Amino acid sequence: MSQQNQPELLSGGAMLVRALHDEGVEYVYGYPGGAVLHIYDALFQQNDVKHVLVRHEQAATHMADAYARASGKAGVVLVTSGPGATNAVTGIATAYMDSIPMVVICGQVMSHLIGDDAFQETDMMGISRPIVKHNMSVRNPADIPMMVKKAFYIAQSGRPGPVVLDIPKDMTIPSQKFPYDYPKDIKLRSYNPNAKGHPGQIKKALQTLLAAKKPVLYSGGGVILGRASDELTELARRLNLPVTNTLMGLGAYPASDPQFIGMLGMHGSFEANQVMHNADVIFAVGARFDDRVTNATKKFCPNATIIHIDIDPASISKTINAHIPIVGLVKPVLQEMLSQLDKLDAKDDGKLDQVALANWWNQINQWREVHGGRYQQRAELLMPQAVIEAVHRHTKGDAYVTSDVGQHQMFAAQYYKFDKPNRWINSGGLGTMGFGLPAAMGVKLHYPDAEVVCVTGEGSIQMNIQELSTCKQYGLGVKIINLNNGYLGMVKQWQDMNYDSRYSSSYMDSLPDFVKLAEAYGHVGIRVTTPEELEPALERAFALKDRLVFLDIHIDPKEHVYPMQVPGGAMNEMFLSKTERT
Amino acid sequence: MRHIIAVLLENESGALARVVGLFAQRGYNIDSLTVAATEDPTLSRLTLVTRGDDQVIEQITKQLHKLIEVVKLVDLSDNAHIERELMMVKVKASGDQREEVKRCADIFRAQIIDVSPTTYTIQVVGTSDKLEAFIQALCNTQILEVVRTGVSGIARGERSLAL
Repeated sequence: MSQQNQPELLSGGAMLVRALHDEGVEYVYGYPGGAVLHIYDALFQQNDVKHVLVRHEQAATHMADAYARASGKAGVVLVTSGPGATNAVTGIATAYMDSIPMVVICGQVMSHLIGDDAFQETDMMGISRPIVKHNMSVRNPADIPMMVKKAFYIAQSGRPGPVVLDIPKDMTIPSQKFPYDYPKDIKLRSYNPNAKGHPGQIKKALQTLLAAKKPVLYSGGGVILGRASDELTELARRLNLPVTNTLMGLGAYPASDPQFIGMLGMHGSFEANQVMHNADVIFAVGARFDDRVTNATKKFCPNATIIHIDIDPASISKTINAHIPIVGLVKPVLQEMLSQLDKLDAKDDGKLDQVALANWWNQINQWREVHGGRYQQRAELLMPQAVIEAVHRHTKGDAYVTSDVGQHQMFAAQYYKFDKPNRWINSGGLGTMGFGLPAAMGVKLHYPDAEVVCVTGEGSIQMNIQELSTCKQYGLGVKIINLNNGYLGMVKQWQDMNYDSRYSSSYMDSLPDFVKLAEAYGHVGIRVTTPEELEPALERAFALKDRLVFLDIHIDPKEHVYPMQVPGGAMNEMFLSKTERT
Repeated sequence: MRHIIAVLLENESGALARVVGLFAQRGYNIDSLTVAATEDPTLSRLTLVTRGDDQVIEQITKQLHKLIEVVKLVDLSDNAHIERELMMVKVKASGDQREEVKRCADIFRAQIIDVSPTTYTIQVVGTSDKLEAFIQALCNTQILEVVRTGVSGIARGERSLAL
């Protein structure tokens, strides 16, 4: 009996893999190399944790990242030291900017070689420090289970983020074994994220919202990360608030709901930016007043009292001063607000200013008429907006949509009306080209029955196109919507607007034949060059359930994304088309 | 405005680099920084002197708090506090200069801690202002070397930064 209670003896590599399993990890994305060979051997000798072999480490990070965005659980990456680790840097920074939980395990040269400029040695602790929530280096193999637990705890709690675990090769030697015991939970005296929010501040916020004449709810990625869409939606409806979502927050409030006024910011809707600028109370929930939202901070929303809920105190009053700050996770804070509202209702107290709100909605509906997401239709050319609308129809608005970065990203954000959270997966903060395809792969792997669409452009897709090979290996039937205009579209748009159309290095000459390329990797390629070809092509693509289909869709090369805020202006100063300005 | 921030930090490798890195990454100033282990060997105490308006200082303290290894911190400038810095100055001291430098050191309650036939090494302890004033007072003397520890700070009275 006593023999059975003895902890099992495992090598550092085996402990790492077992700890990942005990943490509930199903997939690890990575690429082997010298410093992680012991770990790869430990992976080989078990079947619980599955490894996905990418073609470039950056893709592994984006897969893990997208899995986290879709599921809420940390994604796990395994790379070797030196170039393996540095190739992961862009993906780590991408996750850091968008507060995505991720655990990145990097091999390192043997402890006694550290500092000697050994083969494939880089100071990954130093390199990753500014782009991680935390990083740790293993000094003693026996610490591995505790350090894995700590890595997941830090990555997933509070404001989430990536954690790097640097493991020197001699920490994983197969012959050196240690008793394995995975800790149930972990406490850190220096890290204790405040969760609930101050009830007094919450009451003050609620009173302010009840008294508001021109309120707006501005919600961001924190609502998605904090799984608080239901609470947000209920509160918005009960308080009759117009709701705008940031790029990171799309889907947190259903886009088809009449109270939704669109995305805000640089390419936000006319009405969302007008509502923000003219609001008397801005209720910011899990959003961080990013420069792509506020435009010039000095001109930002001059009349507004600002209520700001965020788990990260450093995000409050960083760029825009908050009048009523609430530090806490959005879900418990919104729940507390709802329960306070229940109590007021029970006392028949806390009435909204219905007259003022009716006037406000009247004004909002007038703003909705001004631009309304219109775009010019052309008989001979496909418009990117029309493509996104068609994709929305064919997927019944229920797909996971990943994107790269540029015009196509903004069109997808504007025209794919997201009704559910965790469905829109894009690199908002860092703006990482090459994100879309690996992100789609990460989602498809975990949700094989779901429709997963990668909206991309001919520039972005080529930044990680080698992953078409990984898709074949693992049978990942994602649908790639390549909005091909032959230009780096967003660069070109800025060159049109600010540089007299001098297209400095924004024209993509010598593009590959994407159809043949997709076929070369063993997938299906379809080219669409006219509006009539679009519907049958989408029909065929989505009918091929288990196949990757690469739709190379040639679109109007001249189209710009509108509305667009006038740089250096207030929220409501916008270009509405190539010829109209507010 | 000048602020003195005292930080209790996990005494782990890389923790200090994180603090210094934060200041570099976010463009905050560091006038001085001192760090050493406390009576509890698992904790380091760090005193940072920085400058910035209220908004910048608020961001600095919040960003420091976000570092996983930062256990506690306090802006000492918010309340009555004591600050001290130690400086060692090596000066040319020969002929008439020898006596004059000694007198000057006495006035500042500085100590001569090393002597050679041509030099004195003087130790001064006090606020940064006092150290500056001592250097000014040595204006007729040839200074060979100045080394300062940076400011250490502690709150007055019963207030204390501890676990």
